Amino acid sequence: MKLDVDALRNDFPILQQRVYGKPLIYLDNAATTQKPREVIQAITNFYEQLNSNVHRGNHYLSAKATDTMEQARNDIASFIHAPNSEEIIFTHGTTESINLVAYGFAKSLLQPDDEIIISALEHHSNLVPWQQVCLQKGAHLKVIPLDDTGQIRFDAFQNLISDRTRLIALAHVSNVLGTILPIEKVIKIAHQNGIPVLIDGAQAVQHLPVDVSQLDCDFYAFSGHKIYGPMGIGILYAKSSWLQKLPPFQFGGEMIDIVSFEKTIFSDIPFKFEAGTPNAEGVIGLAAALNYLNRIGLDNIFDYENELFHYALNVLSQINGVHIVGNAQKRCSVISFLIDHIHPYDSGTLLDQFGIAVRSGNHCAQPLMNVLDVPGTVRASLSFYNTREEIDALASAIEKVKNFFL
Amino acid sequence: MLIMQSIQEKADQIVKELNQFDDWLDKYQYIIDKGKELPTAGLEIKIDENLISGCQSKVWLTSEYRDGRVYFKGESDALITRGLVSMVIQVYSGCTPDEILSFEPKFIEQAGLSQHLSPTRNNGLLSMIKQIKLYALAWKIRNNPSTLKK
Repeated sequence: MKLDVDALRNDFPILQQRVYGKPLIYLDNAATTQKPREVIQAITNFYEQLNSNVHRGNHYLSAKATDTMEQARNDIASFIHAPNSEEIIFTHGTTESINLVAYGFAKSLLQPDDEIIISALEHHSNLVPWQQVCLQKGAHLKVIPLDDTGQIRFDAFQNLISDRTRLIALAHVSNVLGTILPIEKVIKIAHQNGIPVLIDGAQAVQHLPVDVSQLDCDFYAFSGHKIYGPMGIGILYAKSSWLQKLPPFQFGGEMIDIVSFEKTIFSDIPFKFEAGTPNAEGVIGLAAALNYLNRIGLDNIFDYENELFHYALNVLSQINGVHIVGNAQKRCSVISFLIDHIHPYDSGTLLDQFGIAVRSGNHCAQPLMNVLDVPGTVRASLSFYNTREEIDALASAIEKVKNFFL
Repeated sequence: MLIMQSIQEKADQIVKELNQFDDWLDKYQYIIDKGKELPTAGLEIKIDENLISGCQSKVWLTSEYRDGRVYFKGESDALITRGLVSMVIQVYSGCTPDEILSFEPKFIEQAGLSQHLSPTRNNGLLSMIKQIKLYALAWKIRNNPSTLKK
């Protein structure tokens, strides 16, 4: 089935707006995606009909809010094929999900001279937590280098594995280059060596089918707002064996079983990792987003996006003076490019004036910019609500930018 | 003898010039041309010590103190930002530390720069002005250490 994109665009109120008097062309989906009316409605409904504190009261509303939130946990678990919904932890976002694991490793598993492996294309949120944990514990951060296409070098990865490797933390999809990393192969090799793997799925879960059971990853992190849900809600999937092993990340209400002044017995998973009142509207909004996507059909979405991505690659690479950064064989959704002799900040600023929202800069991946030896890039990132006409409009705006700086 | 424009007059001049354009492309062309007026400061100022960290483009800024006035030199790796550097220097360069410290940079808003160029981390315009004020304060203290004593 083909997507009826025009009809779907009507589900997103914000896309109807004009900026600087021009129709908004939103190509900054890797930063955050827009929200369909159903998500906005789910949040409104929560406050109009359900609002009360979850897991606490024994009154009608509290029970109903708790049920709705726990049903949302089930929906989120099924979306990524997690075997048990207790393996879904609610966080603020991918960053907090990764920090939760990093904290746990630092607290109870990491010893001096242990090693953690990441790649050269990680977002700061899957780099800085590990770097800091290593500094704190006297452990070492090992970085998988990239080949010329922007893919990780698998041979180099295998050479980095040692008997001191305690964890491998990798992006599923690069937020700068769109590279899809061969995480299946990485996880297999890692497990043969008894090493757990964390996947940063912030740029993947909205563009690729993700099945954590099949992947067999130990941890998978993603953000609600990048998959059409609200801001401030993130997910950490972790195998229950790991959740049992890791210590709580924060302490307080909601995560305890028995408390005296002398000691506390913590709740079972997942609640042991969810101190304080949770972001119930965020959880419910995220589940509404996932249900919306399921109804359109993930295969339909991914096929359409893949076709649009290749159309965009083709159109942009034909523009004289435009250079696409990274050309890994497997890529999706994100296209970084540079225009000859024009600083990405200058091109981004002018594209904005044409009503085109792209991001320019280092995309929170400064070490990658150093590896690529560029001051930054301009990044167009796609969603299923983007169209070929919008890509054509981007191409024609790029021509105007080129002429402007001639 | 040259009649020195006051800091306010120089800021008003920028506002007047930027507000003459109806078309935003002309406005950006003007900003970029302003960047071309900025004397090339050379590689020696492009050192990390002079770098004002911005998210998207780099700005380097240095200052000199002569006869009671502060003079600035700047560079950027992006053309629009270089134009902004040039305008900011045009306003602040040649003023006394006290003039710089007491001047409210309302001209940014009046010239429509905050509307088109977000004052947050995008272009570092406000960081530039903050840095200019820090330089002014540093020169003031160096030349009159008693200002530190209350």
